[in-house]
Amino acid sequence: MRAGRLILREILYRRLNFALGVLSAVAAVGSLVAALTVLRAHDRRTEALVAAREAQTRERMGKLEDDYRKITVNMGFNLLILPKDQNLSDLYADDYASKYMPEEYAERLARANLATINHLMPSLQQKLKWPEQERTVILIGVRGEVLVHSPGQMPIVEAVPAGMLVAGYELHRSLKLSVGQKVKLLGREFAVARLHPERGNKDDISLWINLREAQELLGKKGLINAMLALECHCAAERLAAIRAEIGRILPDTQVIEFATQAVARAEARTRAAAEAENALERGKQDRAKLRHEREAFAAVLVPLVMLGAALWIAFLAFHNVRERRAEIGILRALGVRSCQILAIFLGKAVLLGLLGAALGYGAGALVGWRLQEVPAVLTLKDVLNTALLLQVLCAAPAVACLASWLPALWAAQQDPAEILREG
Amino acid sequence: MLTVVGLRKTFRGPSGRVSALADAALSVAAGEFVSVQGPSGCGKTTLLLAAGGLLPPDSGRVQVDGQEVYALSSTARARLRAEKIGFVFQQFHLVPYLSVLDNVLAPALALKDPSARERATELARRFGLAERLRHVPAELSTGERQRTALARAMLNRPRLILADEPTGNLDGENARLVLSSLREFARSGGAVLLVTHDPSAAEYAGRRLCFKDSKLQEQE
Repeated sequence: MRAGRLILREILYRRLNFALGVLSAVAAVGSLVAALTVLRAHDRRTEALVAAREAQTRERMGKLEDDYRKITVNMGFNLLILPKDQNLSDLYADDYASKYMPEEYAERLARANLATINHLMPSLQQKLKWPEQERTVILIGVRGEVLVHSPGQMPIVEAVPAGMLVAGYELHRSLKLSVGQKVKLLGREFAVARLHPERGNKDDISLWINLREAQELLGKKGLINAMLALECHCAAERLAAIRAEIGRILPDTQVIEFATQAVARAEARTRAAAEAENALERGKQDRAKLRHEREAFAAVLVPLVMLGAALWIAFLAFHNVRERRAEIGILRALGVRSCQILAIFLGKAVLLGLLGAALGYGAGALVGWRLQEVPAVLTLKDVLNTALLLQVLCAAPAVACLASWLPALWAAQQDPAEILREG
Repeated sequence: MLTVVGLRKTFRGPSGRVSALADAALSVAAGEFVSVQGPSGCGKTTLLLAAGGLLPPDSGRVQVDGQEVYALSSTARARLRAEKIGFVFQQFHLVPYLSVLDNVLAPALALKDPSARERATELARRFGLAERLRHVPAELSTGERQRTALARAMLNRPRLILADEPTGNLDGENARLVLSSLREFARSGGAVLLVTHDPSAAEYAGRRLCFKDSKLQEQE
């Protein structure tokens, strides 16, 4: 005969007492596990929401940046680098620079790798009579963008291939040009590569051709008369610094500001980005507040349920001792020591705690899983946490033992003579 | 085997202290079956519990197999009971949720013995309980219950059996069976102290004592 067998037989005999004890342990462990599961689901959901919002913000900011880039192209450029001896009155009157500088300046500036300049576009422009069509046009020779930072950089102006031509709106509309059509310019044949939409500025009477060909046609080999520089992330107060930097590298040039609206838009974009960041932060704070509220609720509820369960287990254990007084008396008469009686009652508490922990863990996980926010972020498999299961399997029997300690001690101290004399 | 000298015991009652035992003395030698007779409330059960090391007296000495029972610690007294004393009670005091076999085996909780199960089965057979081994006390007749209690008392091969009205609830045949078993135990070298109010039960004893004016006296 072993104590374990005695304990099991007694449990089976007084099933209700044991079941009520297990139920209270299930409630205690279940509430703890459910609370932790809900908090875990909350954290997981917060992570998902924040990640989604960050991705959304990134996407919106990307789109905004792209819009800004396109708007900036349409509006012109932030900075225009001109030969130092260029008279600005002439420039504004004629719409192009009449002085020249070496095309090599573009490479030199690019090699300087100024952090403030992201895009650099050398060009050769001249207003001239298109003899074949008998009209005035602005001929612009472009070579595309001189890459400043990296080969992976996104160009904002594409090069015009040799032998090709891009026509402004007014020109292609009035001349009924179409893509692929061959046209003659200053005696050389070009194919129409692209037709620009209406912009409402001098671009509408402009023709873009390859820079090399423009230099040949205009007799300005190796020369350009303007360089467009765009500082994508500039702020108004930084323009002076950029001017100074360019002046240091290309001393015989001058820099003028173009399109202050672009700066305003850049600022708006920066503010929009900041606002998006703030919204994201507010979202995070709201989630943190909600978590805090849930945590506070659990911090009150779980200990209360645990205390209630412990008191209930203690009450049931006292009741059990009262019911078993005769049994305790005879066991003591048979020579069973008081410490063995103590162990029998505590052993029952351990079993109660173990069973309550196992069932409570399952019930709590299920309840926590059902209580999580919609859409659910935790699957039933995610809910299972081996470490937590082991913890409750250790803690619940310990708490049940503590709750049963006084009743078990009372049982161990029962006077067998008094019990046996009572009959 | 059992020596009781000058045993006094009083209990606190609603109207002051009540004397249960006054200067009680007796001895039971190995192989002896001694009965103590007396009316209800004369102190028979108190004497038995005190002799079994369960009820410390106010004064006096109890020796079991040469050991001063109340000079021992509580744990040592428990061991002494497990090794040397068997109890049989009128109310049987069987554990209600244990089978006959497990009830007989209950003393093995106190004294580990690898052959306990085998001996319990053998004792159950000897007392006619072979068909009832898996039955719980509620499924037994009163005679079977007392025989189970008797088998339980003998599991650890005690030197002394203390029996408190063991036939009080039994019919004639079962009473005879229980008393014969106790006499047989005494004949095989054990000591039996039987307390009873029933003169016919006391007749099984080799020596008979009775309570008269709270004192134990030899009976012819």
